[in-house]
Amino acid sequence: MTITEKILAAHSGRDEISAGELINAKVDLILANDITAPIAITEFKKIGAKDVFDKERIALIPDHFAPQKDIKAAEQCRMLRDFSREYNLGLYFEVGRMGVEHALLPEQGLVVPGDLVIGADSHTCTYGGLGAFSTGVGSTDVASAMATGECWFKVPESMKFIYYGKLNKWVSGKDLILHTIGDIGVDGALYRAMEFEGEVISPLPMAGRLTMCNMAIEAGGKNGIIVPDNITEQYAKNRAKREYKFYSSDKDAVYVDVREYDCSKIPLTVSCPHLPSNTKPAAELSSIAIDQVVVGSCTNGRIEDIREAAEIIKGKKVNPNVRMIVIPATQQIYLQAVKEGLAEIFVNAEAVFSTPTCGPCLGGHMGILAKGERAIATTNRNFVGRMGHPESEVYLSNPAVAAASAILGRIGTPEEVI
Amino acid sequence: MILKGKVWKFGNNIDTDAIIPARYLNTSDPDELAKHIMEDADKDFPSKVKAGDLITADANFGCGSSREHAPIAIKAAGIQAVVAKSFARIFYRNAFNIGLPIFESEDASGKIKEGDEIEIDADRGVIKNITKSEEYTAKPIPPFMQELISSGGLIEWTKKRIMAS
Ligand code: SF4
Repeated sequence: MTITEKILAAHSGRDEISAGELINAKVDLILANDITAPIAITEFKKIGAKDVFDKERIALIPDHFAPQKDIKAAEQCRMLRDFSREYNLGLYFEVGRMGVEHALLPEQGLVVPGDLVIGADSHTCTYGGLGAFSTGVGSTDVASAMATGECWFKVPESMKFIYYGKLNKWVSGKDLILHTIGDIGVDGALYRAMEFEGEVISPLPMAGRLTMCNMAIEAGGKNGIIVPDNITEQYAKNRAKREYKFYSSDKDAVYVDVREYDCSKIPLTVSCPHLPSNTKPAAELSSIAIDQVVVGSCTNGRIEDIREAAEIIKGKKVNPNVRMIVIPATQQIYLQAVKEGLAEIFVNAEAVFSTPTCGPCLGGHMGILAKGERAIATTNRNFVGRMGHPESEVYLSNPAVAAASAILGRIGTPEEVI
Repeated sequence: MILKGKVWKFGNNIDTDAIIPARYLNTSDPDELAKHIMEDADKDFPSKVKAGDLITADANFGCGSSREHAPIAIKAAGIQAVVAKSFARIFYRNAFNIGLPIFESEDASGKIKEGDEIEIDADRGVIKNITKSEEYTAKPIPPFMQELISSGGLIEWTKKRIMAS
């Protein structure tokens, strides 16, 4: 069996399981945010359950439109707070204690290797970086699971992606996953598990692993996953709030497709409007002028990402035609960035250094694009209207390319500025 | 169940931001959401669409976010069903969970044109194109999903299970 099948089998009380089966499985953690939890809460009340299945396994995180951007958003956030109080939930994160959900939960050790996690947010697939099975579901799924602790799944077929060779300078997990999506398309892994491995993945830091699994959904994948190893152990051992378990794939596990990538041929990669699969080498886009740069989100808002952007921008100024917005994904990352002097680097470069929020990633607030404006962002989606006006444009990149572009006022590479 | 109506046609990879843009997600009121249905794919769509119409699309309909607001908005706009070559997986499960009928059919989505009148026999998975006098078949719905539909969606299904335990 694959790691995905093993985790699903273990959570549905089975020894063997195979792709295509419909199962009911126990979940270790459920999450929802200020956009999806209100529907889940309303639906939960219709079920008529006396209580939630477990008060310590339901995470409600206001992060999309929080700090509350307007009255309607405030009403939605209040539903999370009221529900958490009513049911005495242990994992409600108020503004000041929150962060972008998929950065926050691994950082706090609330998601651990071997877990089965569902979230009413499509990027719940992020935790595959830790060797967990995690996938996005709808609000109604969350409502039902809050009552029963279970959820229905179709066991996905698995695809394997092997990365070998030597990574080029500044090329990171983000470039690997953009390149992969460019190769297979936005539905290239539809309904499937994406398992990443190879000599480039073994030394890849947890931040890069989480970034890769985060974007599995952008290829239509049900989950992204990396078999846990030493790096996972180092990451989990000091922060895990629960016991964890390492699963791995068997030698004779079945994959519907195996793809290999020679990383020495993977350039700094940018996804052009309006699909993540519309990838081009960053070096070929130097004629594209930009109005805004965003470094942040559940994809690339971790401390490693903030450091990378700071390294490039240090001692320089953001181009006069550009606004740069840097958003650490959690309070802990924010504090760390202040301690390391990174916040100062950005402010001196005339960039904004914001409190944690999803903000502009989904066109919520804190950096919305006007008609005809163009951004390069370390986020994960560049659909029509994603960051603002339907006639604005979003290009996706890693933090180094985004920072270099901020200095240049157009899309560019780190080599051009340092 | 027979669903009959006029078709609006969309292309590949219609994402959830096109179905209901995130800027309207500070509410989950279905009628509010319906006012902006498919707005970023076709800005006149909310005023053109009529209750009882249907949507057909090519591959990967509903890709992107997990927002249940997408199928909710479609349903609230009075759209009876969506027929596509394929659906993104979260949209697929959301549609069944909330009781929006959806049908996967390569044949139908390729041949039906905008403005065609179609009739879907949901139980048999047969899609009739009245305008063109053609007939297509949809992929069969797995038994568990049929159970969800006949219970009236996931919430009713869960309710029954909780009562029974
Ligand atoms: S940062 Fe963007 S992609 Fe991630 S959870 Fe927030 S809105 Fe979604």
